[in-house]
Amino acid sequence: MLTINNLSAGYDGFQACFGVSLEVKAGESVAVIGPNGAGKTTLLRAISKLIPTQGGELLMEGRRYDHLPAHEVTALGIAQVPEGRRLFPRLTVEDNLRMGAFLPSARARFAERLERVYALFPRMKERRAQMAGTLSGGEQQMCAIGRALMSGPKLLLLDEPSAGLAPLVVQSIFEVVKKMSAEGYTVLIVEQNVQQVLRVVDRAYLLETGRIHASGRAAELLADEAVRRAYLGM
Amino acid sequence: MPQVFDIFLLEAVLNGLLLGGLFALLSLGLNLIFGVIDVVWICYAELIMVGMYTIWWLHTQQGLPLPLAFAASIAFVGALGAALHQFVIRPVLAAEPINQLLVTGGVLFLLQALVTVAFGVEFRNLGVRLPGVNAGEMSFSGSRIVAFAVAMVAIAATYFFLNRTYMGTAIRAISQDRAIMPLMGVNASRVYLLTSAIGGALAGLAACLLVLQYDVHPAIGLSFGPLTFLICVLGGLGNLIGGFLAAFVFAQLISVGGFFFQLEWGYVIAFAFFIATMFWRPEGLLSRRKAR
Amino acid sequence: MSKSRIVFAVLLAALAVTPLLGPGKYALHLMVMALLWSYIYTSWSIMGRLGMVSFGHGAFLGIGAYTVVMLWNLAGVSPWIGAVVAVALTLVVALLIGLPCFRFKIVGHYFALVTLALSEVTRLIIVGLRDHTGGSLGLTPKPALTDGATASLSALQFEDKAVWFYIVLLFWLGALWVWHRVDRSMNRLALQAISEEEDAAASIGIDVTRAKLTVTLISAAMTCLGGVLYAQYQLYVNPETVSGIGISLQMVFGVIAGGLFVMLGPTVGAVFLLLLSESLRVLIGNKVLGVDITLYGLLLVVFIIYMPKGILGTVLQRVAPGSGAAAK
Repeated sequence: MLTINNLSAGYDGFQACFGVSLEVKAGESVAVIGPNGAGKTTLLRAISKLIPTQGGELLMEGRRYDHLPAHEVTALGIAQVPEGRRLFPRLTVEDNLRMGAFLPSARARFAERLERVYALFPRMKERRAQMAGTLSGGEQQMCAIGRALMSGPKLLLLDEPSAGLAPLVVQSIFEVVKKMSAEGYTVLIVEQNVQQVLRVVDRAYLLETGRIHASGRAAELLADEAVRRAYLGM
Repeated sequence: MPQVFDIFLLEAVLNGLLLGGLFALLSLGLNLIFGVIDVVWICYAELIMVGMYTIWWLHTQQGLPLPLAFAASIAFVGALGAALHQFVIRPVLAAEPINQLLVTGGVLFLLQALVTVAFGVEFRNLGVRLPGVNAGEMSFSGSRIVAFAVAMVAIAATYFFLNRTYMGTAIRAISQDRAIMPLMGVNASRVYLLTSAIGGALAGLAACLLVLQYDVHPAIGLSFGPLTFLICVLGGLGNLIGGFLAAFVFAQLISVGGFFFQLEWGYVIAFAFFIATMFWRPEGLLSRRKAR
Repeated sequence: MSKSRIVFAVLLAALAVTPLLGPGKYALHLMVMALLWSYIYTSWSIMGRLGMVSFGHGAFLGIGAYTVVMLWNLAGVSPWIGAVVAVALTLVVALLIGLPCFRFKIVGHYFALVTLALSEVTRLIIVGLRDHTGGSLGLTPKPALTDGATASLSALQFEDKAVWFYIVLLFWLGALWVWHRVDRSMNRLALQAISEEEDAAASIGIDVTRAKLTVTLISAAMTCLGGVLYAQYQLYVNPETVSGIGISLQMVFGVIAGGLFVMLGPTVGAVFLLLLSESLRVLIGNKVLGVDITLYGLLLVVFIIYMPKGILGTVLQRVAPGSGAAAK
């Protein structure tokens, strides 16, 4: 579904990704793991065109889209749950979800998708009229995921969903990811929490200092010596 | 004697209420622009003035029926607002706030001067009289009552738009986190442009209401511009509800103050009240934001 | 540094000698106005460059101008005393506005709008007191130069423009000196604030507020004196020209156009605006009403968009990149 060929991306005077190539097939869940500052967030921002690409190609369902402006990427079926949740603090939970359905194609299916999100996250239904800024960290993450789902995406991008959350909450978040993966969502998740994420995805890539250093099935990477030593403290 | 005194005081209070509605409409446009785009249009009153001239010119000089002239004003000033954002504000969005203030200050001069060139400095009257309304010994100007009613409807409509439509929600959202708007398929620049058009349209509407009550001349913006600023600051810049309430507070001060003294002193009293309030609650009466 | 000091001294000497070279009345008038507005703009910039952007200095200008004239006309009070009264009044007003603003950290847009309203209210008061101020028609101080006298020190009226030239020249130099002193002490405060990071924030807060207030009062008082000079020189004041939004905006624009962070920036801006308005008035002026102001407004807009650092600021950046703020 998503194909990235030789992507270079970065910011003014500072490149973060060098010739990154990866692939996410329909229905797969894929993780990109790596240390801090490896360029993982930059990668996701480039995929969503929040930052321009400096080289390489982005393809969605076989068609190049790296020339598109950022706001047209969602219409391709790519939705992102950004790093740090980034909810609208002074909008209600439901208004946040409504923003997720801004696309004309999504507006038509607003009611049914809203029910599905509430079914997935019952706590959100309880708090639908509450200001999003007053939610707990875990609740905000659920709301952010829900917001991304409102556009009915084909590909869901998650940027460090476990960051800054308590361990128990982290667990429930990964359970949600697992559930969505099981329901058939195509997921690309960027994570520092290597142990937990490799348990819920099919495949993973290892990104270090802007380059892919390894890739393979999650179970393989979990068992890989170098990975275990560097990231699992073993 | 005391009874007569009371009745005219009541009239002043009610007039203050009617005036408040108009002020509330004025502050709505300014607050909307600031709340969303974080820019103050110093020339806001001058946009209204341009609308007033548009109506006057179309109706008295071109013979257009009044409703059409009103519609033209709303459309024209709305477009003017969008143009203002596109050509004047956008280039300085990243610059210091002082530059943004100055650039709209320049537009203030520009608009004043352009209408002077086009229409001269004479006071222009629309020549439309609405019948007054009498309640006992009190009399109220018909145009004031109409202005109040229309203003209230416009405010309600704007509120509805902001809270119940997708675009309105996007407008509320963009001031809270602009960077992620594209993730939801929102074109941020277009939202800004639309907001500017709405701000302009509200000014155009205010022009319709004002032109029924006052003559228009190039400096008329100075009569209510600074006042609108004070109202917005008092209610908390960008706070739509705060501005709404502050508008009525100010209107009462001016109306009742003008009742006891001369009219211009009403403004001075309002300003003195404003300064006093600043000592007490500097972020504005109802500001949810921290003082900037 | 001393090279530029020498250049400055030479230019200053040349300037001081100019009235003696017999320029025409008009040229002398222009020079007086240029120096006067340079003085006023510099007075504003002392506040402006520290982030306190006031859009209401027209209020102080108006208080200065109208107080002296009214006291002279209505009570025969000498403008010397009138000036003291005017400054006192200005300080009270500046305090009333400045104290809440700085104590509660009201800056930026709020501050600009509040000061803008201040200048308008001042104008409204002047117009409202029309029985004493002449309203929109303006006011003229009673002439003191009777029986062929050309100068009256006690009434502060001089027929010879050269006298005014030197008076305003002195004030202008004074303003530059104040600018320099404030600049120095602000740097000291800034260094202090940085080094005293550990100290209780409260004590630094008080220092900062007091410093800001002091600078505001200085700026306001200086501007007020500018109004006094204006009134005594022009011998005519009018609410539009000495108070209100118009002149307040013009002051800000003049300083920005010249360069906010450079000592001579306001001077450059004043000269620029003066030349601009005079040439527009001469070239177009009375043919079609309002065309000159149209161009003025247009230039203001274009200028801010394309030359945000002002003339001198942009020039300095090209000539000596990285020379930073507070260049001499």
